[in-house]
Amino acid sequence: MIAPATSNLPAAALSGMTRLLKLLPWLVVAGLPLALPGYEPLATQVFVMILFALSLDLLVGYAGIVTLGHAGLFGMGGYAAGILSVHGITDPLVTVIFAMMVAAFTGLVFGIAMLRTKGLTLLMLTMASAALLYEIANKATGLTGGEDGLVGVSFTPLLGMFAFDFRGKTAFFYSLTALFLAFTFVQALINSPFGWSLRGIRENDARMAAIGCPIMQRRIIAYVISSALAGLAGALQAQTTQYVALHSLSFDLSGNILIMLILGGSGRLYGAFIGCPAFMFAQDQLAKQDPANWFLGLGLILIAFVMLAPGGILGIAERTVAAVKTWRRA
Amino acid sequence: MIDTATLETRVLNCSFEANRVITDVNFTLRPGERRALIGPNGAGKTTFVNLLTGRLRASSGNIMLNGEDVTELGEARRIRLGIGRTFQITSLFPRMTVRENVFLAVAECEGIAGNLLRSVFSHRRQLERVDELVHRVGLSDVAGVPAQLLPYGRQRLLEIAIALALRPKILLLDEPAAGIPTAESHVILDIIATLPKEIAVLLIDHDMDLVFRFAKQISVLVQGSILMEGSPEEIAADPRVREVYLGDSKHGRPAAA
Repeated sequence: MIAPATSNLPAAALSGMTRLLKLLPWLVVAGLPLALPGYEPLATQVFVMILFALSLDLLVGYAGIVTLGHAGLFGMGGYAAGILSVHGITDPLVTVIFAMMVAAFTGLVFGIAMLRTKGLTLLMLTMASAALLYEIANKATGLTGGEDGLVGVSFTPLLGMFAFDFRGKTAFFYSLTALFLAFTFVQALINSPFGWSLRGIRENDARMAAIGCPIMQRRIIAYVISSALAGLAGALQAQTTQYVALHSLSFDLSGNILIMLILGGSGRLYGAFIGCPAFMFAQDQLAKQDPANWFLGLGLILIAFVMLAPGGILGIAERTVAAVKTWRRA
Repeated sequence: MIDTATLETRVLNCSFEANRVITDVNFTLRPGERRALIGPNGAGKTTFVNLLTGRLRASSGNIMLNGEDVTELGEARRIRLGIGRTFQITSLFPRMTVRENVFLAVAECEGIAGNLLRSVFSHRRQLERVDELVHRVGLSDVAGVPAQLLPYGRQRLLEIAIALALRPKILLLDEPAAGIPTAESHVILDIIATLPKEIAVLLIDHDMDLVFRFAKQISVLVQGSILMEGSPEEIAADPRVREVYLGDSKHGRPAAA
């Protein structure tokens, strides 16, 4: 929606208010350690997953690129940060930036190779790309530790002041800040002409080509940005857990993150914020009920969502709000 | 000042496997021309438009724009050179609003679509142009409505707005009035009338009433070849045209004849 070009003074005041309101949830979450001490490490993992799902939403929800290999980029970020630290470069911010660059470059290479294709072919290629990285990490034991994972990962205090301690406070605020910055960035991105053009490509790529849009270039840029953010999430996980597991490149994780996004509702940015905690909660509860077959329960929930509520949890919320509005008007 | 363009085909051919769809077509569209392309179903009209815009590749022959050979250029390049079109079957961005649809085209045309971080809403000048285009095709009242919720006839108008957003020098309208009730098809002519005179417009339509009200020149395409070209009066009077086309038309006789 485009705001009408009226006098912009009250609009500016209003946007100041909404801006403050939008900060509110972040401030509430930042206050969580006071209310629930001891939950910082869990919350940190949730933040990392949300950030990862957010990077995926840019592809699935906006650029219309469905991928089953996003963990490949997450894992690349994790290994890049981990390997750097094992080799003595232990500043958190330096390693994070390096990890994002590695993931972005990986995304660029795979993007150029894959993004000419669409649909099922693309889906298979994304799967293959992550499987390839997984096998490389599995075989290159000298560099990655192979199946044992990369151990001995440690980082110097953040900004030279805040050490990554066992309580997990530093990790909590660090990952929350990263998530906030990434969210702000992605939000700006999807409201830019570039973001709109991605939606245009998702809606009707043939028509976008016919209005002169370099589709391939736009899709690659989106893929590279998403890769960098996935790499950021992976690096954060390496830094906050001081460990990089082979699992971070796995098909398992690629699938789970897609499920989290679909559960929350893709193409809405907030879907990641709803879907990740919901998934992790459901996983926890179902595993308690039946440690052996919990994945079956999750599968059933997912099928129900895809068939009955295609917009995910947020889709249900949107329809409810719309229904209430119509009901009030009547 | 809008610079003009002449679009020309030289011995243009197009075949799908063994089927020749377009045969040796020599055709010229000059600046400011208001020409119609008519012909029975399956004559190859849409194929011809697709060849002109680069959506399809010619099997042989040349397409010239202002004397330069554009036969090998892709669709996107030709759009930038000024060849605009609308589609016979509406091709919109269904879940995006009317304004968003037009903005996409304006953004591509003005080279801002690659802007990553500046909000859409800070591009004032482009947004004004969007509103102006939406107004020109009479869709201001539904500017915030998703395209898929518009009645078909109004989707056709949105289609034209998108084409105009790209500042075409040559505008190819492929059955723009399809789905618009005959009584309202004058809306299309009204919109064309608001265009700068220098723009060349090629109208492809079945609605003879519309064609004869619009065109100063008519080309008749039959089985992939140009059967004849001329003024509406000449076309209406030609026995061959009457036989292959007007004879079995349900749309009545041309008013101009």
